[in-house]
Amino acid sequence: MASLVPCPHCGARPREEFTIKGAALVRPAADADPAAWMDYVYLRDNPRGRYDEHWHHTAGCRRWLVVTRDTATHEIAASREAVLGAAGEARP
Amino acid sequence: MTPYRLPAGGLIDRRTPLSFTFDGKPLTGFAGDSLASALLGNGRLLLGRSFKYHRPRGILTAGAAEPNALMTIGTGGRTEANTRATMQELYAGLEARSQSRWPSLAFDIGALNGLLSPFLGAGFYYKTFMWPAPLWEKLYEPFIRKAAGLGTASYTADPDTYEKCWAHCDLLVIGSGPAGLAAALTAGRAGARVILVEEHAAAGGMLLSETAQIDGKPAQDFVAQTMAELASLANVTMLLRTTAFGWYDGNVFGAIERVQKHVPVPLAARAVERLWRIVAKKALLATGAEERPLVFGGNDIPGVMMAGAMRTYLNRYGVAPGRQVAIFTTNDSGYALATDLEAHGIVPEIIVDSRADAAFPYQGKARVVTGAVVSDAAGGKALSSITVLRNGETETVAVDALAMAGGFSPIIHLACHRGAKPLWSDAQSAFLAPGNLVGLDLAGSVATTSGIAACFEDGARKAMALLDEISVHTTPAAPIAVEGDIVSPPARPLWTVPGVKGKAFVDFQNDVHRRDLDLAVQEGYGHVELAKRYTTNGMATDQGKLSNVNAIGLLAEARGVSPDDVGTTTFRPFYTPVSFGALAGASHGHDFQPVRRSPLHDWARRLGATFVETGLWYRSSFFPRPGETTWRESVDREVLNVRAHAGLCDVSMLGKIEICGRDAAEFLNRVYSNAFLKLPVGKARYGLMLREDGMIYDDGTTSRLSENHYFMTTTTAYAAGVMNHLEFCAQVLWPDLDVRLASSTDQWAQMAIAGPKARRILQTIVDADLSNDAFPFLAAREVSLFGGALHGRLFRISFSGELAYELAVPAGYGESVAEALMDAGALHGIQPYGVEALSVLRIEKGHVTHNEINGTATAGDLGFGKMVSATKPDFIGKAMVGRPGLVDPERAQLVGVRPLDPETSFRTGSHILALNAEATLENDQGYVTSSAYSPHIGSTIGLALVKRGASRHGETVTIWNGIRNEFTPGRLCDPVFFDPENEKLHV
Repeated sequence: MASLVPCPHCGARPREEFTIKGAALVRPAADADPAAWMDYVYLRDNPRGRYDEHWHHTAGCRRWLVVTRDTATHEIAASREAVLGAAGEARP
Repeated sequence: MTPYRLPAGGLIDRRTPLSFTFDGKPLTGFAGDSLASALLGNGRLLLGRSFKYHRPRGILTAGAAEPNALMTIGTGGRTEANTRATMQELYAGLEARSQSRWPSLAFDIGALNGLLSPFLGAGFYYKTFMWPAPLWEKLYEPFIRKAAGLGTASYTADPDTYEKCWAHCDLLVIGSGPAGLAAALTAGRAGARVILVEEHAAAGGMLLSETAQIDGKPAQDFVAQTMAELASLANVTMLLRTTAFGWYDGNVFGAIERVQKHVPVPLAARAVERLWRIVAKKALLATGAEERPLVFGGNDIPGVMMAGAMRTYLNRYGVAPGRQVAIFTTNDSGYALATDLEAHGIVPEIIVDSRADAAFPYQGKARVVTGAVVSDAAGGKALSSITVLRNGETETVAVDALAMAGGFSPIIHLACHRGAKPLWSDAQSAFLAPGNLVGLDLAGSVATTSGIAACFEDGARKAMALLDEISVHTTPAAPIAVEGDIVSPPARPLWTVPGVKGKAFVDFQNDVHRRDLDLAVQEGYGHVELAKRYTTNGMATDQGKLSNVNAIGLLAEARGVSPDDVGTTTFRPFYTPVSFGALAGASHGHDFQPVRRSPLHDWARRLGATFVETGLWYRSSFFPRPGETTWRESVDREVLNVRAHAGLCDVSMLGKIEICGRDAAEFLNRVYSNAFLKLPVGKARYGLMLREDGMIYDDGTTSRLSENHYFMTTTTAYAAGVMNHLEFCAQVLWPDLDVRLASSTDQWAQMAIAGPKARRILQTIVDADLSNDAFPFLAAREVSLFGGALHGRLFRISFSGELAYELAVPAGYGESVAEALMDAGALHGIQPYGVEALSVLRIEKGHVTHNEINGTATAGDLGFGKMVSATKPDFIGKAMVGRPGLVDPERAQLVGVRPLDPETSFRTGSHILALNAEATLENDQGYVTSSAYSPHIGSTIGLALVKRGASRHGETVTIWNGIRNEFTPGRLCDPVFFDPENEKLHV
């Protein structure tokens, strides 16, 4: 029915404006071990609790975000620019 | 005897009579009536038949929990089944019809089910209809469907409109009784943004049914005065006729406003219902409490009613329930009704108080019997007498109305919608809202506060506390002085009424009675969730508002545990039913999804195009001419004309993306599997995008317009997906690359001009030299048109295999440019062609689309193996594209297919078998992905994905259509059917 997602650029916006890609994983290096690629492409944790996901504000600012969502309560603890690290600093 | 309208009193407007009909019979009520009060005022007691036993049923409540008085109102497309008569405002000309009866309400054949009731007990579906299985479809189910069920939906389209909207506030107050009004006043006076939601047409809640005085005036005057003050505050929004039906994530509340459900003919310009999503910083639930029925024999006979509802009909609607009224109570609230009845000259026949130690200082004239119960009620279609049981002795009392006062359950539903479980309180004899709710509090009787003054004070205090949390500081509304309020402290619940002989109903709407619950426990289904499903208790449209707590109490007693141990079933939205119309809002019929029209749509329409929907787009499919009787004639002509002369096709719907930045080339090199670093300025290149798993994602062309400016086209279907994907790559994977993306799909009108005469036609409007040397295959440049009047982009690319160009001009110029080309081309035989011809042309050339790029195909499968770079250090899909399963020579590969006999044909989706092999799954070798009739080949041709297909050209196979049982002998061949040397492309 409804839920609001905080966008760091647009404020709280309805969920319908967003597209969810899934777990916010770091892409392995091109020459990484095949097992690392297998994990990245196919294997997902299924935690009960906080989970970092890539969300795209498709009908808004069109930025890719990392949204920290509780899978049990749907509570959103944080959202940030995907390009930024957890502490709000540029990723190494 | 029957209920009747009192000569005076009530909040109805007796100067405004309203005519309405019930089962075709004309009746009269008054403005301010509910359909239920109007029916009672007309002495109508029998209003429906029950779900399973088809027992006569009347009105039980005066509000949202009504399980019995469900009727169909309205006609045609405005027919609305299962309308609660208690919630429907009366209007002039309202047509109401009873449900669940056949052939008539008074004589109902289904009532025979009552005689079969020993076989229709709990779990009867599971026991009776287990076998023989075939009888389910033929006998049981059709019979049950006819006999059971509620109202019937109309087959006519709903003529009305619905809308959805969002609202934001500091404090949402749900319910406008004393607690809700106090909260709204407190918050409103402090300037907070307040939304007050009330499900009835008038605010005030139970104050509208009260005889108590507030500050020396009738309670109704106090409500009017408070509402006037709230209306004067610009920061307070009042939503009447609005039910808050759910509490959702982020403190968002769903509410349904019945904007025009109380008028004879809705205004066409206004929605009839409005679905609100209310974002509340804080919310206060002031929903009050639901009175509990008592479970004695015949408690469903018309004439038996909730005590509080009886007070409402008496005081608010001026309707007396009968002339000989009895009251069966477990607490002090029954005496409030007795007092009100006496004020109207109706002295109750008897007050049966279940408490042996009842100590209410009753001053009235009615006989009070304490330590007693009503064990049974008698009467068929109307109550005639009750049996009073006291100390083992029975007494029969003739009555025509009986009130049940079984105590109160707080209406905590919304507080439980986000997963927390309610808690049983022995002290309050009720389930209470879960603790530690965030953003939501409860006030008034929903929070177990008793009495008008205390509820008012509670509402003011809780509103202040909630607003404090968001730093809005308020002064709570001053306390009110209340006189004549009978405050009823919680009393011990009476789950099991002793001495019951008849059917004692727990769930009225689903016809679940006491013995069904006993049976459920006996047979091992005593868990609350199991008992619900085994007996269907609480599964009706009222969702057990009256029945669930009694059922839990009875299960607890039968199991010898506390209701706390039994627990509740899960509370879920919606609190009351919400219409599909409101949930759909404007998204229905033609407006179900947006329509995208190309900038060349009107141009194509003027030329007589037949359109086809592809996704949101309307594309011109073909352009029939006079004399052509089938679409194939038109398509064959268009195809032949392109190859012989020239054609113009609208390709505006291709996805278009502008890509800029110092690192744009590097970016493209990483998102495409083939090389892009060295694409020269002024050139286009076909590009293949993979997914990370190595499968093909999309294809298209990208042109380098200047050093750091590229222009990408995507397929129509994946335009939005590719844009999202590129943004992910740019923002998340490689934020260090200097690249900017902008979708320009809607900014350009793009047309393909294809055929041997394409150059001559284009040259008439393009200023630059288009000769093969000056503008060779894959040239891509900005061009000046009409002597510099307009600039566009010209690409020498070909989907048809002909000498072809795609010209993009700013969208607004699309039509005039297309017309100019058609005028210039008339001499050379140009004709418009649509996507059908486009498809034939591309299949003749073996070009793939998403029919072939189907998510399971690799570049190698489609013959693009060389487009997967072996030298680039990285690109999307590189890591996985080399997996053994993806390079297995046994994989299905792209191949052409044609029938051995040109007179025969086959369809897309048909499977390929080795010649004369048996048609089995094991023998399946692949399938036809695209097919069309080729006027150049003179037969059907197809593209197929077939095991080892690339090395099987020339092999004879069987083409098998399992759905139509067709077997067509065919031959695998090169997928390029026409001009395999591409001689026509480079001229």
